[in-house]
Amino acid sequence: MIDFIQMIVSGIAVGSSYALMGLAMVIIYKTSEVPNFAQGEMALITSFFAMMMLTTFNMPVYIAFFLAFVFAVALGCFLEFAILRRAKEPNVLGMIVITIGIEMVLLGFVSWKFGADQKVMPFPIGPYDSFIIGDIFIGKLELLTLVTALLLMIILFLFFKYSKIGLAVKATQQNSVAAKIVGIRTNRILMMTWGISSLVGAVAGLLISPVMMHPYMMWDPMLKGFAAAVMGGMTSLPGAVVAAYMLGIIEHLFGGYISIEFKSVVAFVIIVAVLCIKPSGLFARHYVKKV
Amino acid sequence: MDMKRDYYEDVQLFTSKVISFWFILLIAFLYLFPLFVDNYYIYVANYIAINIIVVTGLNLLVGYTGQISLGHAGFFAIGAYGTVTLMAKAGFPFLLALPCSALIAAGFGFLLGLPALRLEGPYLAIATLGFGLTITQIIGRMEIFGGREGLHTPDITIFSYVIDTDKEFYFLLISLTIVLLFCMRNLIKTRVGRAFIAIRDADIAAQTTGVNILYYKTLAFAISAFYAGIAGGLYAFVLNFIEPEIFTLMMSIMFLAMVVVGGLGSIMGSITGAILLCWLDLKLRNILDIPYIGDWLETLSQSWFSITGVSNIQFIVFGSIMILIMLFEPLGLYGVWIRTKKYWRTWPF
Repeated sequence: MIDFIQMIVSGIAVGSSYALMGLAMVIIYKTSEVPNFAQGEMALITSFFAMMMLTTFNMPVYIAFFLAFVFAVALGCFLEFAILRRAKEPNVLGMIVITIGIEMVLLGFVSWKFGADQKVMPFPIGPYDSFIIGDIFIGKLELLTLVTALLLMIILFLFFKYSKIGLAVKATQQNSVAAKIVGIRTNRILMMTWGISSLVGAVAGLLISPVMMHPYMMWDPMLKGFAAAVMGGMTSLPGAVVAAYMLGIIEHLFGGYISIEFKSVVAFVIIVAVLCIKPSGLFARHYVKKV
Repeated sequence: MDMKRDYYEDVQLFTSKVISFWFILLIAFLYLFPLFVDNYYIYVANYIAINIIVVTGLNLLVGYTGQISLGHAGFFAIGAYGTVTLMAKAGFPFLLALPCSALIAAGFGFLLGLPALRLEGPYLAIATLGFGLTITQIIGRMEIFGGREGLHTPDITIFSYVIDTDKEFYFLLISLTIVLLFCMRNLIKTRVGRAFIAIRDADIAAQTTGVNILYYKTLAFAISAFYAGIAGGLYAFVLNFIEPEIFTLMMSIMFLAMVVVGGLGSIMGSITGAILLCWLDLKLRNILDIPYIGDWLETLSQSWFSITGVSNIQFIVFGSIMILIMLFEPLGLYGVWIRTKKYWRTWPF
């Protein structure tokens, strides 16, 4: 029983970082229908930026993280402005290829600058700090990730649902021409969503970086986060978070009881199974395409 | 101009005598050049030819049928491991093992095509991506496939003739490549190819005019997987050694990049895309040896970046190529070719 609860706890902890990445992807997909494969690497470059601020320039943690967040927002806005907006024929395949291209450029840049070896991130909470309730270990970092993920989800949900900008985002998503007519600057809205999404991704990257810090660290969280976002329906913020926790827990239970070897791929098997039954995800309304 | 007057003009393989002439010249060149160059270039040619096969198959799926696959490294792995295992463990001859494993890959392609009937866009991307990762993981964990240590490839024997040098293998490979490319071009020009294109342009409209979506979508996946399987089986013999770490997500991404850079929906495009990116890939692995740029990059890396990570510049180059192609010429190199041709045809005006 203790094992079972411990697995669920670790599953929730891992699920939180998937949830953050999933949230970041959903925010972009919601407004611009771009499946952003560069999300992981945008977070990666921000985490390395924070590490550089901390180690090379010896900045205090708060300033370094603040600068990293500013950097993340600027990066997201820049990528939208400089690359995505210039795309000639925005279809899904083209967008996938462009974002994969961005991903490769960022990845190459980070590994060129820092080398491929493992780094140590001077994070205020170590990866092994934990406290014990009964017989269950809960890592402090994991708890922080969980709280951050839930908090961000609630804030974003309220923001997109009740604020004026959130309404503008919804309008842009549903009909960008009509949105332009009523006076919404859709270009600016898109740029802003990229900024927000990059920020959420950066939070995930910074929370993962104490555990592992090398150029490929974001691949797994990004793919699982993407999988969770797809499972949640690609347009629903709570859907992505719920799916991410489901994936995290199922993954850990599968690893614990059935086979530790295939733990990392079980998420994708679940995804394919879910998509076969509900092709547009668990929490999205199915839109019928017009001919 | 390109005016087609009847159906047979539309389906013929060579549209003019000039093209047939150049084609014969090309074939002659392909068969003769290994006699004059050293071994490294033959290795490069082998590497490129294999990528051409995969990319042509992937182009059928992405360019002609309008689906997305980020899991072709999975089919590639099935072909490679299938061929080697059938030859080493079951004692199949090479000429039987290769099509058998390609058929196994095609079977998996059919299976992957089934969920693809209901999925599109990012949903299909994640499903195929998951398939590719899963296949590699499963192969890496099974004893019969050598696990993480990988497998050594046996010698190829064709009717008691042993092929053991790169040069001999080249002749086998290039013949297969030409045959497969011909099959593909023929397929595109027939009813089946037109059905694929109809599905790409408007699947519901295609269905209303009588195209069986279930049949043709799964067929596209199966044929594409078949090509990847053949190429994978041949790739095992170029490397002489296979391990699961070769067939990564990055490989699938590179295949997709070759399709897009070359040009969606054109066989010539696939060939040029594969040649360009493979050549760049092999060149950029030793980036510091390139004259002029190498020295400059070395000093740049030492002062600003790290010298250990200098080989990662290839990612930057590939990524930039993908972005620039999508931004400025969504039809890829083939689109550039079409535009130049049009420009010169009406030149002074």
